Amino acid sequence: MKPSAFAYHDPRSSGDLMALLAKLDNAKLLAGGQSLMPMLNLRLVAPDHLIDINRIPELAGIRLSAERVEIGAMTRQADVLASGDLASVAPVFGQALAHVGHLQTRSRGTIGGSCCHLDPAAELPALCALLDTEFDVIGPHGARLVPASDWFRGYLQSALDEREILRAIRWRPWSRGHGHGFHEYARRRGDFAIAGAAALLDFAADRSIRRAAIVAFGVEPAPRRLGRTERALLGRKLDNEALAAAAEEARSLDAMSDLHVSAEYRRHIAGVVTRRALADAGQAAEVTA
Amino acid sequence: MIARRINLRVNGLMVEAEVEVRVSLADFLRGQLGLTGTHLGCEHGVCGACTLIVDQRPVRSCLMLAVQADGSDVETVESLGTREALSSLQQAFSDHHALQCGFCTPGMLMTLEAYLRDHPSPTREDIRDVLSGNLCRCTGYQGIVDAALQAAQARKAAA
Repeated sequence: MKPSAFAYHDPRSSGDLMALLAKLDNAKLLAGGQSLMPMLNLRLVAPDHLIDINRIPELAGIRLSAERVEIGAMTRQADVLASGDLASVAPVFGQALAHVGHLQTRSRGTIGGSCCHLDPAAELPALCALLDTEFDVIGPHGARLVPASDWFRGYLQSALDEREILRAIRWRPWSRGHGHGFHEYARRRGDFAIAGAAALLDFAADRSIRRAAIVAFGVEPAPRRLGRTERALLGRKLDNEALAAAAEEARSLDAMSDLHVSAEYRRHIAGVVTRRALADAGQAAEVTA
Repeated sequence: MIARRINLRVNGLMVEAEVEVRVSLADFLRGQLGLTGTHLGCEHGVCGACTLIVDQRPVRSCLMLAVQADGSDVETVESLGTREALSSLQQAFSDHHALQCGFCTPGMLMTLEAYLRDHPSPTREDIRDVLSGNLCRCTGYQGIVDAALQAAQARKAAA
């Protein structure tokens, strides 16, 4: 249960980090360490170089403007949860983060770490898919922006190249008072979910749906937007038929199976949590609109 | 680059030490400083036994390298009370029989110590949520939750 030997680097600036990434082979980036450290301890990974990015201040922080929300990759999950500013523009974060690990893991765990590790059941990457965030990436060959639609490449696989890092995620905020819902089901509190779902809704004055986003996670190897339902909801009211259609699409996903949970059961749970998340989004919007 | 010199504060005292870079903060405290109050259960971030407070936040010390604590302020279970004068939290654990084998207790105490500093009036549900990251396999949580609520009251009364 001890990591194999590695060389340790703790660059103090993005420039120093880029120089290390360009030159070192078989290197791993250490963010909050809440997934990588267990993997090191279990020797599931054995890098020659560990590059600790916890001492690069410019990688952390939450920046808000009317047009844009930006969260630095090294922002701790505890700080995301505690941000009142973020809670007012994207309240779904507070709901989701209550399910992310535990008090002790949120102290260290980062949003960028979650988004690069990409556990299929991780909540924060699912929110990125939900919000269509841009992923601000930089590497030795320069910076690029990766849309959420291109970020998720499969099980534990992001669009990040071996020598690139995620600097920040950003998105255009939804209108004030938008509806939001989040539900997941896990065997134990704080564990990765068997399945989860989140939804955002914007309503017109006549209570017809103007904008909709729904994501199911923990079901397929990467979070999945329910595009068919999102399109079908536009211009309609959120009634039982609409909720049933959303659950139906979630149940049609290509669900994973594992030792504890069959694909069929996972599809069932996906349908249930999707329906609940969407219904909550409708309720929340009614209260605040 | 296999070893590094680090400086940190541990329970109020400045410590300077040479540490192998792959050594966890928990192993450093136990092995090099002899502070064996911090217990290691699973060593992969599941059980919470090794929880301590780093820069005012509860962390799992098996998931942090000692070298990462360079410049930090670390508080372990040894900082809470003495054998003769237990802290109110420790006393509450004793009063409510909130431990049997005691292996998980240091992590429980440090999690609650960190939490109660920021949340002086927790509900029963709050405590259960906070303790979801600390596993106890013998006593069960009833006494621990009762102890946490008593400690919160005692701290408020003393404040």
